[in-house]
Amino acid sequence: MTAPPDVEVPGAVEPPLPPLGTVGLLRWLWRQLTSMRTALILLFLLALASIPGSILPQRGNNPIRVNQWIEENPETGPILDSLGFFDVYAAPWFAAVYLLLFLSLIGCVLPRVGVHLRALRTPPPPAPRRLDRLPGYASFTTDRRPSDVSGQAAAVLRAARWKVRVPDDPADGWVAAEKGYWRETGNLVFHLALIAILVGVAVGGLFGWKGNVIVRERSGFSNALTQYDAWGAGRLVDANRLAPFSFTLDDFRVEFERGTAQRGAPRLFEADLLVRATPGDPGELTTVEVNKPLSVDGAKVFLVGHGYAPHVIVRDPAGTVTFDDTVVFLPQDGNFSSTGVIKVPDSVPSLGFNGLFLPTRAFTEQRGGFSVFPEADDPELLLSAFRGDMGMDTGVPQSVYELDTTDMVKVGLASMAPGDTWVLPNDSGSIEFVGIERWASFQIAHDPGKELALLSAAVAMVGLTLSLFVRRRRVWVRVRKDDAGGTLVQVAALARSEAVDLDSDVAEIVNRLRDTTDRNAGTDGALDGEGRST
Amino acid sequence: MTSVQLAQASNAAVYASMLTLTLAMIFFAVSFAAGRRRVPAATVAAATARPGGGVGTAVLTREESPAPQALEPGRRSANIGMSLTWLSFLLLLVGVVLRGVWAGRVPWGNMYEFSITGALGVLGVFLFLSIRRDLRWLGLFVVIPTLLWLGLAVTVLYTEAAQLVPALKSYWLVIHVAAAIICFGAFTFSAATAGLALARGRAERGQGTVDIQGWLARMPSSERLESLTNRVVAFSFPLWTFAVVAGAIWAENAWGRYWGWDPKETWAFITWVVFAAYLHARSTAGWRGSRASWIAILGWVSFLINYFGVNIFVNSLHSYSGM
Ligand code: HEM
Repeated sequence: MTAPPDVEVPGAVEPPLPPLGTVGLLRWLWRQLTSMRTALILLFLLALASIPGSILPQRGNNPIRVNQWIEENPETGPILDSLGFFDVYAAPWFAAVYLLLFLSLIGCVLPRVGVHLRALRTPPPPAPRRLDRLPGYASFTTDRRPSDVSGQAAAVLRAARWKVRVPDDPADGWVAAEKGYWRETGNLVFHLALIAILVGVAVGGLFGWKGNVIVRERSGFSNALTQYDAWGAGRLVDANRLAPFSFTLDDFRVEFERGTAQRGAPRLFEADLLVRATPGDPGELTTVEVNKPLSVDGAKVFLVGHGYAPHVIVRDPAGTVTFDDTVVFLPQDGNFSSTGVIKVPDSVPSLGFNGLFLPTRAFTEQRGGFSVFPEADDPELLLSAFRGDMGMDTGVPQSVYELDTTDMVKVGLASMAPGDTWVLPNDSGSIEFVGIERWASFQIAHDPGKELALLSAAVAMVGLTLSLFVRRRRVWVRVRKDDAGGTLVQVAALARSEAVDLDSDVAEIVNRLRDTTDRNAGTDGALDGEGRST
Repeated sequence: MTSVQLAQASNAAVYASMLTLTLAMIFFAVSFAAGRRRVPAATVAAATARPGGGVGTAVLTREESPAPQALEPGRRSANIGMSLTWLSFLLLLVGVVLRGVWAGRVPWGNMYEFSITGALGVLGVFLFLSIRRDLRWLGLFVVIPTLLWLGLAVTVLYTEAAQLVPALKSYWLVIHVAAAIICFGAFTFSAATAGLALARGRAERGQGTVDIQGWLARMPSSERLESLTNRVVAFSFPLWTFAVVAGAIWAENAWGRYWGWDPKETWAFITWVVFAAYLHARSTAGWRGSRASWIAILGWVSFLINYFGVNIFVNSLHSYSGM
């Protein structure tokens, strides 16, 4: 495609000034937009516009860090926020860059499709007058008749799969040929496939959905909006009509490195799920691992995280059980120091606990309690108890991971090992730390555009490879009587793309021509009809 | 061999490779010093074929590099430098393979392992390309950065072998990382030739092709260097595209989305876009020469940002430097 005639010539750099008149101006703008220079600048803009999203926290990946960041930077934070810097890849200015780029691409590529289709049907141009001035050139003499040799040349070129043109009048004594049309075909296919990838991404964005859910061991999940802890969907998704599958987390296994190197790094985690495609289903036991998601009813279930859920029993002063359940604690570091909140509205008075769970406990004066290994080797539950109004009746939805202590009184603080019971002071009842269960978190996603995106990416790669490795070039062979009465054969080549080894093309054609002419000369000029060289 | 012996053997091979690479550097430097005398500018190959001259269908012609001159100064030491670079490549290969045997998996589990394999990629691409053409002039510029890189790997990045974190246990890892490592080698190569093209181009504009003095006289013309850069980028761009797509497939398998604008993915995308810009620049008036060279360097820099910046400083799903 880097055909020298198509390439802008250095020197002819400045574009003409915009003409007057609306139509003229529009046409001028369009031409500017679809120029190679604009494509280049838009590509740079795209790279540049992607950078802030890799430096600033992003809502899509980490909403909590975004809020933290804005709190820590009260001056710049809100400004950046209003400009979309915490959701860069959904920001209007980011969209503007890539939409302009793709508009430019369409405006550039579609006309080229037409041009290329015509070029495929057009024979190569006749030989220029001075072949010896072309970048690839060789000549030799033979005693064969010129018309025989040019017939031979056409046959040799056709056999080597060149597109060949012979003059209307064979006495003109030349043959023209061109090769490498796949280069432009590949280039066009590549650029069109990029558009198809974008379409695939857009389909996924509009019709896809994604949710996150935490499931404790031996409890279940069914695919309905209300069950998700976090949920996001494209504009055209009907959230009331999700596939009706469900599953129970039967068992969850996790292992960590115990050796000295990378101690505590995760080595294995996998979950056994009992999956039901429809509510009445008997269910099927499946193991989900990282890299091995479960596919069910068009959705994929991925294991993305895990943590601990201490099991506690709370009793009121009379000894009646007011709470008996596992509570999800969220890990705060690589060693799974985890925090969580226990709310017991049914106790009288109602009780609330802020908790810190340490799977393998350690203590220093500076840091207080912390965990030194992610496995529950020496677990400890640190609780601070509050009693009074938790504000749960105000109607404002509360996070299960936060305790609103404004109207509560602190009761006390305790550290517990599994099996311990803490009798709360001031006749507030008791809490028993029964043991530890695990929970696993799942991401469940449905993306109807990903197959299109993958297929287009594969097509794009094939097109790209063709466009970069096929070399487009022309050759001409001219045959005429020389002064000494022999036949002068000239072979010349011209590159129509970069990095073409013209010499080897010319040499190959010369060799083949000489092979056949010599062989045929040996049989006294009887040229076989096809003239195929062997 | 016991595990400890394997570990020691792997480390010994890496150190031996660094030692031979240092020797190679010295010989390349000697060759350069010898060539500081004025040398005729690179011969301009006449574009005439020798009829029946046995030119094969090889893609790369022998005219690509300056025709070796019989008495070119410093040639002997450059040859020794090349041989030592081969030796160093083989030693490093042994080091990387033993590392994998020791860990019982592909040797791509942390930044130390990525780094030594990356160095292997750089040397591999350089040596592979040198089979077909004369690249002695480039030796010094490949060997010095590789040596610095390996030095960084064995000092700052060194990590004991351990198993992979679960997200890395996938055969897509092997495919994705293998492609990325070859790309790293090729991008490093093209950044080196682009940098040399810039230096050489400046000298040509200042002094004219014929009067260039000093080490730049031993370089091919800026036009040739640019063309070489272009070819190497043209080879590595589809491979990089493949690496990114393979990474997306892997991400889809591991996290449920093929693209999530995680910092690592973002920088892979930026690298991809910059090299696409490079290829466009090669066919845009006013951009083909030095500006295109700068873009090639920029693409390599964004690859490095992805490697160091994102692995170490950014909180990313992909941060498993092991440090
Ligand atoms: C999504 C953005 C784009 C990407 C990733 C991209 C990528 C590429 C690549 C890798 C090549 C190299 C192929 C070769 O050298 O033959 C190329 C060539 C080309 N691109 Fe794009 N492109 C994009 C957008 C555009 C746009 C917007 C235009 C039109 C203004 C355009 C026009 C061209 C043309 C004309 C060539 C051929 C260059 C030549 O003659 O060698 N591309 N593109």
